[in-house]
This record gives sequence, structure tokens and C-alpha cells, in this order.
Amino acid sequence: MISTLGHFVLFLALGMSLYAAGAAVYGARTGREDWLASSRNAVLVNWCLVTLALFLLEYALITSDFSIRYVANNSTRGSLTRYKIAGLWGSLEGSILLWAWLQSLFSALVVARYTDRHQAVMPYVQAVLQGICAFFLLVMTFAANPFAPSFPVPPDGRGLNPLLEVTDMLVHPLLLYLGYVGFSVPFAFAMAALITGRLSEEWLKNTRRWTIVAWLFLTGGIFYGGWWSYRTLGWGGYWAWDPVENASFMPWLTGTAFIHSVMIQERKRMLKVWNLVLITLTFSLVIFGTFLTRSGILGSVHAFAEGPVGMVFLGFLALVLLFSLGLIAYRADRLKGHGELDSVVSRESAFLLNNVVLIGICFTVFLGTIFPLLTEAIRGTKISVGMPYFNRVSVPLGMALLLLMGIGPLIAWGRASLNNLRRNFVKPVVAAAAATAVLVVLGVRQAEALLAFLCSFFVVGTIALEFWTSTRTRAATTGEGFLQAFAALLLRSRRRYGGLIVHLGVVVAIIGIAVSSIYKVEHEVTLKPGERMEIGPYTVQFNDLQAGERPTHILVWANLTVLKGNTPLTELHPGQRFYPNQQSPFASVDASYHWNQDLYTILSTFERDGSSATIKVMINPMMAWIWIGGCVILLGVLVAVLPERRLAMLTARAKAQPA
Amino acid sequence: MTWKKLLIPLASVPLILLLAYGFRTDPKAIPSPLVQKPAPEFRLKAFDGGEVSLAELKGKPVVLNFWASWCYPACYEEAPLLEATWKRFKEQGLMMVGVDIQDKEANAREFLQRFGFTFPNVPDPGSKVSIDYGVYGVPETFFIDRQGQIVYKHVGALTPALVEAQVQALLKGK
Amino acid sequence: MIRRRDRWASVRRATWWLTLGVVFIPWWGAAHADAATNFDLEDRVREIASELRCVVCQNLSVADSPSDLAKEMRNLVRELVQQGKSREEIQAYFVSRYGEYVLLSPPKRGFNLLVWGLPFLAIAVGGGVVYLVVRRWTEQAPASRPAVDPTYAERVQRELKDREQV
Repeated sequence: MISTLGHFVLFLALGMSLYAAGAAVYGARTGREDWLASSRNAVLVNWCLVTLALFLLEYALITSDFSIRYVANNSTRGSLTRYKIAGLWGSLEGSILLWAWLQSLFSALVVARYTDRHQAVMPYVQAVLQGICAFFLLVMTFAANPFAPSFPVPPDGRGLNPLLEVTDMLVHPLLLYLGYVGFSVPFAFAMAALITGRLSEEWLKNTRRWTIVAWLFLTGGIFYGGWWSYRTLGWGGYWAWDPVENASFMPWLTGTAFIHSVMIQERKRMLKVWNLVLITLTFSLVIFGTFLTRSGILGSVHAFAEGPVGMVFLGFLALVLLFSLGLIAYRADRLKGHGELDSVVSRESAFLLNNVVLIGICFTVFLGTIFPLLTEAIRGTKISVGMPYFNRVSVPLGMALLLLMGIGPLIAWGRASLNNLRRNFVKPVVAAAAATAVLVVLGVRQAEALLAFLCSFFVVGTIALEFWTSTRTRAATTGEGFLQAFAALLLRSRRRYGGLIVHLGVVVAIIGIAVSSIYKVEHEVTLKPGERMEIGPYTVQFNDLQAGERPTHILVWANLTVLKGNTPLTELHPGQRFYPNQQSPFASVDASYHWNQDLYTILSTFERDGSSATIKVMINPMMAWIWIGGCVILLGVLVAVLPERRLAMLTARAKAQPA
Repeated sequence: MTWKKLLIPLASVPLILLLAYGFRTDPKAIPSPLVQKPAPEFRLKAFDGGEVSLAELKGKPVVLNFWASWCYPACYEEAPLLEATWKRFKEQGLMMVGVDIQDKEANAREFLQRFGFTFPNVPDPGSKVSIDYGVYGVPETFFIDRQGQIVYKHVGALTPALVEAQVQALLKGK
Repeated sequence: MIRRRDRWASVRRATWWLTLGVVFIPWWGAAHADAATNFDLEDRVREIASELRCVVCQNLSVADSPSDLAKEMRNLVRELVQQGKSREEIQAYFVSRYGEYVLLSPPKRGFNLLVWGLPFLAIAVGGGVVYLVVRRWTEQAPASRPAVDPTYAERVQRELKDREQV
């Protein structure tokens, strides 16, 4: 019953979204407000219908209704409820439903929020957003129906892949999807601006907050994915340059470039074409990413490919590219800005270099990802382009970006005076050089590490200097206390200082990445019970092997004691989980995580009688800094997007304090 | 709109075509560098106690099949075909060897019993043979001619038509 | 007046060199980082194993993979290293059996030079485009900008300086 009802609801929703798009365009072209109002209602109805479909599938999942094939494939009777809920996005059909739901939700929000303000462009914004929603609904209605019935009805479901039955599964995909779908909003505004010819900066202002929030979610999703991977997968790493991982990274890169280069357009009305290209690229890369995940043409751990769906997504990608690039070409003449720059040494130049580096990294990742396919097409052989390649080419580019992060915010717009440069850079450069020299004295000799530290210290120095001088100046002029001045400063120029905090977070993460990869120590040893191994300043003793039954699997684990000298520090229990329908076991990592280093252990192989076990132990210095950096980035974004009303309240309160 | 401007959207077409080409490729079908090269030698103790050495089989065509008990469903699908082929062609001089990789002995023996394999099967301790043959997964089958040259490598479950054609060709060859 | 313009010229030059340095020198440094030789056996094994694909995994290296086959491949690499084989010889050993696909990083020859060279080229082209664009923009900057009255400019500078010293 749910099967037919659900499918029917999706079909209705598809019709509704097509109507919403068509009526909006018709109403806009003929100027008929009744059609426009009707189309807006259709947007809301569409959202209600997709929500209903979502509830139906969730209901089926929670009640373990295995007459629906998707439920049978993605949950079992015995799963915890939260994993039944998460089963919604466990594989293809359901993930498309989730995407469609978010798309319809964002459409409704945009329509509700902006209709009064931007009457000329809104119909087209709506049409584009609904068009995208219609595509996903179309896929579900005709190619990948989440409500397809199962025949015969199995007694119990197959369940989610055990790797996915963790709390992380409740967070990671949602964060990413919020980011992906979020980017469709500035894209829609950009397309609407192109269609209507209203190419002033309005569309940027409208969507700035959407873009930043979408970027926030995407950043959070990427960091969270790395953190999940590190804690769970058992190879000690967090990023494998897997094609689907790359597919989430590329829109992040162009999105970051867009956020920066848009600031130039806001101030100087330059780079209009470029910004449109950037947002088009960003959204196209989002679609490219979803295409990769669902087509399986590039092997990936993340892909859940099935059949003809891939072709449909490729078709949509082609449509998006041709449509948006075609529009840009069509309006190219009207987009030529009046580019003026007083001086080569200016923030504009720094931002342009920022774009070059970011797009360069994106191009590199893209090329590396599709190069095996290109090679196969041209040479007929299969090659791999994997971690060693990506690590090697991204390091220098990352360094360049790091340097730009220090320089960019402190050069003045337009023309940087010599005094400006001297004032802002001499101290941080000197401080960075001194700090790096200290490190050399302390024993750090690796060139890559020193370079990373030098650049990082420089950036931290510039940020610290900026905060310090501005706070001090403000405190002096307003008589506020230092902390109060600092807070007021953050709230007053939240974009600037939020941005600086984001940069700080990036630097922290980069230091974490650099140190944890350069100074990683790893040993793999086979031990008999009672034997010990040395790693760094620690001794790890293998005590014994144990096995136990868990509700869904059998767990085999090694009991390890970690000692420093002769004092026991902690006990660790790395193991392997054996699931009934999986051919190889899943690792169960156990590690001791600290702010300055992680002691990470894995059980590689073992003898069944417990006579020996091979364990791999790693010391990952400063790994936590990567996750801490991610949190700082999120904090910075929150500062930057604080809503205006709250800002006014807080500054009013600050002012009301005894002056 | 001038033709120059059309270039901008058309620039995306080569990419789309390349991605479309991707549908025709199979990510699992990796071409082997061993085709048309001499088959690597091995000498292993079989499950039934005897010894199998490739060198001693020279002069006879050999079908070398890599399998595992956990390889479901492909190995289970092709197993009856292998046994049937063996029975049919062994009088004509065909030799068949199965190599069990990355497996536990108990499970392997169960697999052998289940399909009643009568041709020699060997476990591969240390995975030396599977590495020598560049085995990416199971099942993979190598067709080796009388001179000991690998003529063809098949990835995935075998089909009757394919096996028939390859074996006949091997038997006809010098 | 003339001295000030000269100072600007040198600052501009310094900026372009800095830009070049920002983009190219770290690349050069990283490219030469491979040359370091590792004498510790395990480090050498891990170094070579990290460039080989674990054939039963998705996108993991032989060094990272927890699978049994990867462990056996690591043992094989160790044997080969102990026999004195170089990195190239060990890679060739595996390539002769598994094909080029087993190398996680495409060897720098032939068609593969595209994947190693194009990013570099793209950055250079991007940098060049930025250079041309910025040059066009600075040339277009109107001289029509009204000159600031020097007395006012000086007063503003003085007051700013005073404020900073507070």
C-alpha cells in the first residue's frame, strides 16, 4: 500500500514542481500576477508532497515494512531505530529522496523569504530551483523508485553495511547534502540574473549568506568525513583522494574561490563574468559529484552505482553545463565590468592569485580524478592516479595558498601604501622567522615541515597583529576594556574578523595535516602473548586475544597495555568485527587521542588459537589539530554570518555598559 | 550570438563525451601484462596430497583457475562448468589446475567437496602464485598453451561458450 | 617625488618575485623531496609499499591496507629490498605482473606527463592571465582621480599615527 501511495506522491510532486517552474516563467513573461502567485503556492505544495513521501519511507523503515524493496535492502528488524531512520540515505534511491526533499525545502524557503524583495528575478530563481527538484523527482519516478515493492517479501532485511551503522552516519551525509543543495540557491540567482539581464550586484547580496552557510555545511561535512574515516576505517588515514572524496572537495575549492572573488565584485564591480563562471562551476561540480557517486564509472568505496541512473545524471550534468555556460556566453557583452586598479600591489591582486591557486588545485584534482578514464580512452590501458600523486601535487599549492592567506587580508584595497605594507608585514615575517629558527634549534630539520611552519607562523602572526592593533585602537578610543573592545570589534566587522578566524582555523588544520603526515611513526609487529614492542617513547605489550559475541557480529580483540618506561599508561583493545554476511572483517580501531598526539592501534591479523597477533601501532602527532582547526573554521563562519538583529542587540548592550 | 560565444558552452562537450565513454568501460577489467608471455612457474602441494608443478605440465594445454570459498556468487556459478569441462576434455590431454587464494583450509575443502572437483587444486600459502599471476580478484582464469604461454586471461565467472572456444583452441595448438 | 616612484618600482618588482616564489619554489622543493633516501629497512619498505596499490582494496596502498594480501605483498617488498633491489626494480616487478594499474602514482613518462605537467601549466597560465588583467586594470586607472590636497593628507596621516601610538 505504501509502495503505490509513495510512488504516486512522488509523481504528484514531480508534476507540481514542473508546474511551479513553468507557471513562474509564464507569469514572469506575461506579467500575470495570478500565475506567479499560483506558482508560488505550487512550490509550497511540492514541498509538502515530498515531505509526505519522506515520511512514508521513514515510516516503512521504522516499522520494518519489508514489502518495500528499499527497506529490505537497507535495514533489518534488529537495527536500532536511529539506524533505521538513517537507512533512508543508506543507498541510492533514498539518498535521492533526501536530496529532493532538501531541494524542495530550500525552494520553499527562498520563495517565502525573497518574494517581496526581488520581484523581477524571483520567478526565474524559482523556476531554476524547481527545475532541479523536478530532475531528482524524475529520477525517482522513472529510474530509481524508492518505493519499489519487493517480491517476495523477505522475512528480514539485508541491513545497512555495518560500516554505516554508526552515529556518524546520522551526521556526515546530511552535512554534505545541506552544502550541496545550499549551493543551488546562489546558482539559481545567478541564472535568474542572466536570464532577466539584471546583472547588477543585487544577486550577490541576496545570496551571500546562503553561499556562506552552504560552504559551512560542506566544510563541516568534509572534515567530519575525514574524522569518521580516521576513527573507524582502520588504515590510520583520513583522506584517500578517492574519486568521490575528490568530488566533494572540488565544489568546496571553487566555492571558496567564489566567496573571495565576490568581495571584489561587491566593492569594485569587476569580475562579473568570472563570478558567474565560478558559481556555475561550483554547482556543476556538485552535480558531477553526485554523478560520480551514482554511476560507478570510477571505482570508489563510496559509490553506490546501479544501472541506468548514471546515464540520467550525466544527461543532467550536460544540461546544466550547456544551459549555464550558454547563458553566460549570451550575456557576455553586458557583463564586461569596468576594471580599474590603482596598483598592482593591492588586495584585488591577492584575491586574484587566491583564485588562481584555488582553481589550480581544483583543476589538478579534477584532472587526476578523470585521468585514468582519459588514459583508457586514448591509450587503452588502465592506470591509477592515487594518493601519492595527489599528495605530491597538492602540497606546494597548499603552501602557496597558506602564504596568500597571510598576505591577502592585510593589503589594502586598491592601493597598498608602503607604510601599510611595512606596518602590517614586517613584524609577522620577523616573528615567523624567529619562531621557525627556534624550531630548528629544537630539532626540526625536515624542509617541508619547516616551510609549513614558517608560512603558518606568518599567517598566525598577521592575524594576531590585526586583532591586536584593532582591539587596542578601539579600546583606546572608546575606553572599553580589552575583551569588550575585542567582542565589539568582532560584532561590528563580523565579516572581516569572522573571515580571519576562518583563516586561523585553516592554518591550524594545515599544521595538523603537515605535522601528522611528516612525523608519523608506524610499526607493524607480530607478537606472542606477553611480548612487547617499542614505538617512540612508548612500549606496547600484547597481553592476550579475546573473542566475544555482540548482537550483530563477533568481535575479536587484542588486549594491549601501553607503557612509558615501566609505568602503564593506558589499555587499548584494537580488534576485528566479523559480520555474518560480509566476507572480510571490519577493523575496530582503538586509540588514545590527545590534543598533541594520537596513539593509534589496529589488529591486522591473528592466529585463531590466540598464540600470536600482528598489531600495527602508529603515533600521529598533532592529528587532533586538524579537527580543532575544523571547529575554529566553523566558529569563524558563525561569527561572519551572525544575523543583523542579534548584532544590533549585542552592540546596544555593549554601548549601554558604563561608558 | 556569434559563433565564438558558442565555444563557451561547447567547451563542455568533450568532457561529457569522455564521461559517457566511461559507461563502456568496466572498472574491474584490468588488462594483464602476462598475456602472450610465459606463464610463471609454481610448485605447490595440492589439497589431496599430491604435488603440482607447472613445468611438468609443459606439452599439455592448461586451464589455471583462481578461486576462493568466499567468492560468492561468481566462483559458485562457474564451479560446475569447470568440473564438467575437466571431465570432458581430460582424455584429450587438457590439464586443469585450481588455485585457492586467501582462504581458510576448512572452507576450501568444503568448497571442493561441494562441487566434487576431481582435478588438482592447490592452496597458495603466502599468496606467491596469485602475486606472480597478477591476480586482482576471484575468479580469474588463465588459458595456457602447450608451450607454456598464457594465451588469454578471463576475469570473472566463465561461460560455457567461452570455455569451449578457448579449450578447443588450446587443444588444436602446437 | 622621483625617489618615491623608484621605491614603488622596486616594491612592484618584489611583489612579482614573491608571487613567483609563492607558486613555484615550494613546488620545486617538494619535487626534490623524493630524493631523500631512507636507510632504515622498514621505512624503505613502507615508502615503496605506499606507492603500490593494494589490489583487493579500493584505492588504498599496500602500506596502508589492513588486508591479508597487502601484508603478504609487504613481505614480498621487504624480501626484494633485502635483496638490494631499487625502487624502480621493485615497481617493475609488480608492473610486469599486475600492469601499470598497480602503481598508485603514474610514472612520469609518455602520456602520463600530461597529468604531471598540466597542473603546473595551468597555474602558470592562470598567473599569466592575472598578470595581464591586472596590468590592463592599472593602466586603465583614470588619472582623473582628484588629487588629494597634500595638507589634508598629511594631517590625516599624522592623526592616524597619533592614534596608533595611544
